[in-house]
Amino acid sequence: MTTTEPAPNVTEPYIGTRMLRREDPALLTGEARFTADLDLPGALHMAILRSPFAHARITSIDTTEASALPGVEHIFTGADLTSCWATPMPCAWPVTEEMKNPPHYPLAVDKVHYAGDGVAVVLARSDKEARDALDLIEVDYEPLEAVTDLEDALSDRVVIHEDLGTNHSYRWELHPDDDAVDKAFAEAVHTVKERYVQQRLLPMFMEPRACAAVPQPFGGDITLYSATQIPHILKVMVAVTLAIPEHQVRVVAPSVGGGFGGKLDVYADELLVTALAHKLKVPVRWVEERSENAQGTIHGRGQIQDIELAADAAGKVTAVRVELIADMGGYLQLITPGIPLLGAFLYCGVYDVAAFSFGCTGIFTTMTPTDAYRGAGRPEATYAIERAMDALATEVGIDPAEIRMRNFIRKDQFPYTAVTGLEYDSGDHVLALATCKELVGYDERRAEQERRRAEGGTKHLGIGVSSYFEMCGLAPSRVLASLNYSAGGWEAATVRVLPTNKIQVVTGATPHGQGHETSWSMIVADRLGVAPEDVDVLHSDTAISPLGLDTYGSRSLSVGGIAITMACDRVIEKAKRIAAHQLEASPDDLEFSGGEFTVRGSPDKTMPLAGVAFAAFTAHDLPDGEEPNLEAHVTYDPPNFSWPFGTHICVVEIDEETGQVDVLQYGAVDDCGNQINPLIVEGQLHGGIIQGLAQALFEEVVYDADGNLQTSTLAEYLVPSAADVPHMTLKSTVTPSPTNPLGVKGVGEAGTIGSAPAVMNAVVDALRPLGVTNVLMPASPVKVWTAIQEARSGGHGASPTGTASAPNAEAESATRWRTSEASPHDNGGDQ
Amino acid sequence: MQIQVSVNGRSQAHDVEPRLLLVHYIREVVGLTGTNVGCDTSSCGACTVHLDGEAVKSCTVLAVQADGAEVTTIEGMATDGQLHPMQEAFRQCHGLQCGYCTPGMVMAATSLLDENPDPTEAEVREGLEGNLCRCTGYQNIVASVLRCASGVDIRSHEEATA
Repeated sequence: MTTTEPAPNVTEPYIGTRMLRREDPALLTGEARFTADLDLPGALHMAILRSPFAHARITSIDTTEASALPGVEHIFTGADLTSCWATPMPCAWPVTEEMKNPPHYPLAVDKVHYAGDGVAVVLARSDKEARDALDLIEVDYEPLEAVTDLEDALSDRVVIHEDLGTNHSYRWELHPDDDAVDKAFAEAVHTVKERYVQQRLLPMFMEPRACAAVPQPFGGDITLYSATQIPHILKVMVAVTLAIPEHQVRVVAPSVGGGFGGKLDVYADELLVTALAHKLKVPVRWVEERSENAQGTIHGRGQIQDIELAADAAGKVTAVRVELIADMGGYLQLITPGIPLLGAFLYCGVYDVAAFSFGCTGIFTTMTPTDAYRGAGRPEATYAIERAMDALATEVGIDPAEIRMRNFIRKDQFPYTAVTGLEYDSGDHVLALATCKELVGYDERRAEQERRRAEGGTKHLGIGVSSYFEMCGLAPSRVLASLNYSAGGWEAATVRVLPTNKIQVVTGATPHGQGHETSWSMIVADRLGVAPEDVDVLHSDTAISPLGLDTYGSRSLSVGGIAITMACDRVIEKAKRIAAHQLEASPDDLEFSGGEFTVRGSPDKTMPLAGVAFAAFTAHDLPDGEEPNLEAHVTYDPPNFSWPFGTHICVVEIDEETGQVDVLQYGAVDDCGNQINPLIVEGQLHGGIIQGLAQALFEEVVYDADGNLQTSTLAEYLVPSAADVPHMTLKSTVTPSPTNPLGVKGVGEAGTIGSAPAVMNAVVDALRPLGVTNVLMPASPVKVWTAIQEARSGGHGASPTGTASAPNAEAESATRWRTSEASPHDNGGDQ
Repeated sequence: MQIQVSVNGRSQAHDVEPRLLLVHYIREVVGLTGTNVGCDTSSCGACTVHLDGEAVKSCTVLAVQADGAEVTTIEGMATDGQLHPMQEAFRQCHGLQCGYCTPGMVMAATSLLDENPDPTEAEVREGLEGNLCRCTGYQNIVASVLRCASGVDIRSHEEATA
């Protein structure tokens, strides 16, 4: 580990250690309960009938035959339930005043706008009976033309929501100084103009979504269990959408099997089970099938990016100009329109750029709505600038590492006010790049590449570099306000010392695999001088943890963890007053260390925290006016985002005869400030890197021209297996955040942000001698091979199409490749 | 149809529908929910159990096909309050995050080592290709299996790193 700042407080015994996770035994033994595992006596099982058409009018629905099936208790269509909804489904991010947001209800009434849009629900005594009944519901549709091409959508040739009169949801721009941009381009020695396509992706968390609502008919309360990242936000939205008083709604997220943004939403099914349980006064539950997940759960990415760089003779970037088309899908989900804005501020990357302009058009299509997926806007932005920097390096005729060195924001420029107005708190990009080059043996790899190119041959070595910032720790509430986001970015924590000196921590951050319980217990143990096993961490149930804004945007530690730290400090302040009273000393003379108060200058006068806790409990002898408890509640609003950064380098070998890309080496140097638990940090990076690599090489949502989803199961959508991905070599630098007392930054999305551009820069680097200048993601054998053939016939390699979902011809070849070439995990039937 | 199955050493007798999959039998009839369902195409491996000692995706087997067989699920791996060495290796190596793929991954991994007690990293990766994980990037899963195969005294390691 390379340290760029003096080591922080080294007296802490737990922070910084590779403590094993306390969450693991329950998960390893099957003891953990996911939502689908809950035993809910008497619950009716819900199944959702989904539209097979991408765009159609519903002319009639006949449920007669389905209703007669044994076990079927109720069937409701969209028209039957209109009185349940006080408002349409929520979109919490109206990015502009003029943004167009078509009414979106949990079940469509007159018209469907994507294949998978719900049209009816069955409630039956078993899941099988409910699903059997779906087949017997007869719906007459009048099919309308599908719109799956973003530029076609932009043209308004087919208007999807007629009442809006256009497919354009919004136009959002960021123009700090247009004249400066124009001037920079006019004076530029070098310019590059690139178009990149961010294909749609499925979040594909391993636990399918599930939810269940349990009413208390006589008490009036209702409990919603859901496989969600956001029980707190969901509670508010359920109350608003269903007009159930908020204090009567409890939301519980049991063990949640991954989210990656896909469980950061308010879904039709969650509102349906709650509304129906409320209406019928019986528990109602729903578990999605994987193929339903592909249609009914949000998709990620889905953008066409046009990026231009202006640079001087040395390759120093003087301006960046970006224009996006962002695919909203058929409706706006919770934060759909805001995703491109989260990236808007990162298109200048880690570079010192004085002029910038950005414009984004959010556009409706007849596909599943998009929304947050790991990184949410920031991987897209980083991809565009990092690919464009490689294009600029080629234009200038220098090494990709060198173009970055010439443009980095220098360490002594921090805190750095970016052209966008945001302040980057800290960073050392030169060190990250230098460390990563050393880690992978960059210079040796370049020499090897040169040697192999001179020798000729059909296997090409490519080396890709990507340097990134992760703008995370969402978020300062005032910044969110300036972006028209409807909520804040604070986080809440309570730290409570029980009478026997055991600690309860209540957090509003909601884990779904990140190991919060372990990390929070380490922070509290160090702060209060207790053993981590004496710290219990409570979360994910709004009855226990009533306040919080949940887990996304790499915010849990840098916002939630800071709230906990501050609550510990307030507990110590109060304990100090009580201890001083009992020791007959002034609070100012007390020191707290290792769980014990001592009086400065009187080493024999001590009182352990345990003694204070018991004194606070008995309340026999407290200072006048002191309340008899030892707890503190803190709501923390961060002053800034947190700014982790790093450099990733990927080495690939490509067989020009098959188009196969093999990753030979992957090195990553990441800096997330001080690390609470390096074991967990590494795990987050491993998973993040492979998700980004999967976008680069394997995954894509494919629709045909009629709007039919072609990749609705794991047999078609290529989530890589262990056999498909490389071993990664990680190293970290430590540049503590100056904006919070732990010096920490987020790390949940960093890997994903850094990896896709590193892999794709390596792919293009390998093929550049063949004349290829771009390859579409995912760089599957067929796409790579096609790019090579196009370059040979005089094209530029895979020229981007006007769609973020692959055209049908490519879909078919991708599928052929998968089935004919021993797909990575197609072994289900052989056991 | 009437079936008799030994699940984690306990004999079970039930009348089941012929179309009932083994995974649903285990979860809904026997009531052991540690075996997870992650897909509907036998792709993800979350539902992997041992059937007469061999790893199978329990969504590819009908409950009636398990008549007379011995089934081991994740709940049957730990004994006397001690994690199975493979479970312990996963814990030591941070081989899990959300934990949803973990039961299937542990069952597949133990079966892999039964067949090949001393695998290379590449053999572990190939041996687990039927089990998908979205959190770990597989790196620490592979490390867990190699650790378990190496037989390193994982308890002393825990003390060393705690």
